[in-house]
Amino acid sequence: MSELKVQIKNLYKIFGKNPKKVLPQVKTGLGKPELLDQTGHVLGINNVSLDIPAKQIQVVMGLSGSGKSTLIRHINRLIEPTDGQILIDGEDVLTMSDRQLRDVRRKKTSMVFQKFGLLPHRKVMENVGYGLEVQGVKDDEIAQKAQHWIDRVGLTGYENHYPGQLSGGMQQRVGLARALATDAEILLMDEAFSALDPLIRYDMQSILLELQDELHKTIIFITHDLDEALRLGDKIAILRDGAMIQEGTAPQIVLTPADDYIADFTKDINRGKVIRLRAIAEAGTPYDGANIPAGTLLNDALQPLAQAPNQTLGVTEPDGRYLGTVSLTKVIGALAG
Amino acid sequence: MEFFEEFPSLGRKTLSGMKQAVDETFKGFSRAYGEQLENFFDPLLRFLIWFEKLLEATPWPIILLVVGGLAWLGSRSWKITIGSVLAFVAIGILDMWEDTMATLAIISVATMLCIAIGIPLGILMSRSDRAQGIITPILDVMQTIPSFVYLIPVVMLLGIGKVPGLLAVCIYAIPPIVRLTNLGIRLVDKDVLEAADAFGTSPWQKLWGVQVPLALPNIFAGINQTIMMALSMVVIASMIGVKGLGVPVLRAISNQYLALGLMNGLAIVALAIIFDRVSQTYGKRLQAYRNGGK
Ligand SMILES: Nc1ncnc2c1ncn2[C@@H]1O[C@H](COP(=O)(O)OP(=O)(O)OP(=O)(O)O)[C@@H](O)[C@H]1O
Ligand SMILES: [Mg+2]
Repeated sequence: MSELKVQIKNLYKIFGKNPKKVLPQVKTGLGKPELLDQTGHVLGINNVSLDIPAKQIQVVMGLSGSGKSTLIRHINRLIEPTDGQILIDGEDVLTMSDRQLRDVRRKKTSMVFQKFGLLPHRKVMENVGYGLEVQGVKDDEIAQKAQHWIDRVGLTGYENHYPGQLSGGMQQRVGLARALATDAEILLMDEAFSALDPLIRYDMQSILLELQDELHKTIIFITHDLDEALRLGDKIAILRDGAMIQEGTAPQIVLTPADDYIADFTKDINRGKVIRLRAIAEAGTPYDGANIPAGTLLNDALQPLAQAPNQTLGVTEPDGRYLGTVSLTKVIGALAG
Repeated sequence: MEFFEEFPSLGRKTLSGMKQAVDETFKGFSRAYGEQLENFFDPLLRFLIWFEKLLEATPWPIILLVVGGLAWLGSRSWKITIGSVLAFVAIGILDMWEDTMATLAIISVATMLCIAIGIPLGILMSRSDRAQGIITPILDVMQTIPSFVYLIPVVMLLGIGKVPGLLAVCIYAIPPIVRLTNLGIRLVDKDVLEAADAFGTSPWQKLWGVQVPLALPNIFAGINQTIMMALSMVVIASMIGVKGLGVPVLRAISNQYLALGLMNGLAIVALAIIFDRVSQTYGKRLQAYRNGGK
């Protein structure tokens, strides 16, 4: 993994009257339900550490109330932590003055919200240009950039509509364009697509992936939907009751869930669409037959394997490295879980 | 048993002593500072007089044009525009033109004053719970205390005339605009504010670019009510020397002139309806984006 863009270190957030006072109890292991029972405080984030590499999509997943929104709002400090550190490009966000923090929010991060958060009194054009306007960019430059991003998200022709005149999916395109217009390197997306119905949601995911192929942003994407997490995430972190209980790539999470909670999440997933041969190749055995790329999804490997001699193929990385062999039986075993 | 029959009040002597003490202190204060206060309000007085003269000196066809034009700009409705012009024509035919101009002048100046003071106050209240805690009860008192009661100190301080009249009108009419500005800003959607924050909006940018624009419909409702309340003070204000439609009404009361009272009363009502319809439709147009219109 390359350079780290965002680092979260031992983050705690406790909601309530006197968070500092109950922090030691939390640090010594008091859980969320017990904390609420004994002190009336709500444990939002419980000792979360996460390194987020540049130019990748980091998904954070968890059920409702697990602390996802709270976590992502710490990155641009919309929420003050009770304890811990947040670094963006190695700089501590928590020691920044108001002015420095505004600068980070203007230039380095931008955000897409579950409920869109559009300014209802401004037209699409003015919404998309909002971040630039706040920075004091000149009008004609704003207009030109806003138009560019409106075109990119497929809203050409709607420049002069108000958000209230658009469907949910279109509103979120405005939200996405607004976030992209500032050229910030870090994109924070809090359940950005959760309010949309499944087809529109799939479309939006596709738009995001397409844009990401070209823009290489560092994206932190919150979702409670495993399909979405697996489709988008280069890395996935799972939260429960404010604590991070597993972190890894999609196949790691599907193949080796850290506990029953995650296993429950993953049991209904179509593994063939998530796991690639790389994850199940049997190392060691040299093989002189045909090879298949390590990035092939299990589903896509069935056909070639069935036709191969002995129903076995060698697995190679794109750089030519040889990983080992897979057999049809092995793949079927992995599919069955 | 006697003790329970009549409330054990302070003796008449103690009481009258207390009242006298209060009166004397206040009179002393007004002797000492009355003139300074008058000087302080002098620019206001001049502006009011200038505006009144302007309205009176302007030929009536031009006033009719301006009334029609403003009504059209505000409401974009032919009905309201024509109605407003007709009302003014009727007022002119029934020989109430001059009094109406005087009333228009004081109502306009009072409304401007209320806006100039009320909106900043409302903004202050919306930004600080402490300010809200202090100002709210004061507004409550201003709205409920009978206007005759605060006329007394106002008259003691400034005598009889236009400025005390203007102040009396403002004291009575300012609470709604303060309250609704505060309320409007506090009701702005938290999600929208959070989004603004996330893009690095400064507090000043947020106030003028997000909070005030989104509070405008409420602020407008406040301005509307302020105008209505100012109009309802016209008669009382005329008791302390304000010219306008209130004067003939007072005369009608003391002489039992039913027709005169009714006519001038209806003229006030006509003004109220015009102001109300125009400012309400304008307020509605301001929030057209809410129902998806243009
Ligand atoms: N301002 C607050 N005051 C008190 N408790 C809060 C506050 N904000 C969040 N919480 C609590 O912190 C916990 C985490 O909330 P959070 O909104 O981060 O969850 P989430 O994972 O985003 O859930 P969802 O999927 O429903 O959006 C919840 O138990 C919530 O009740
Ligand atoms: Mg949330």
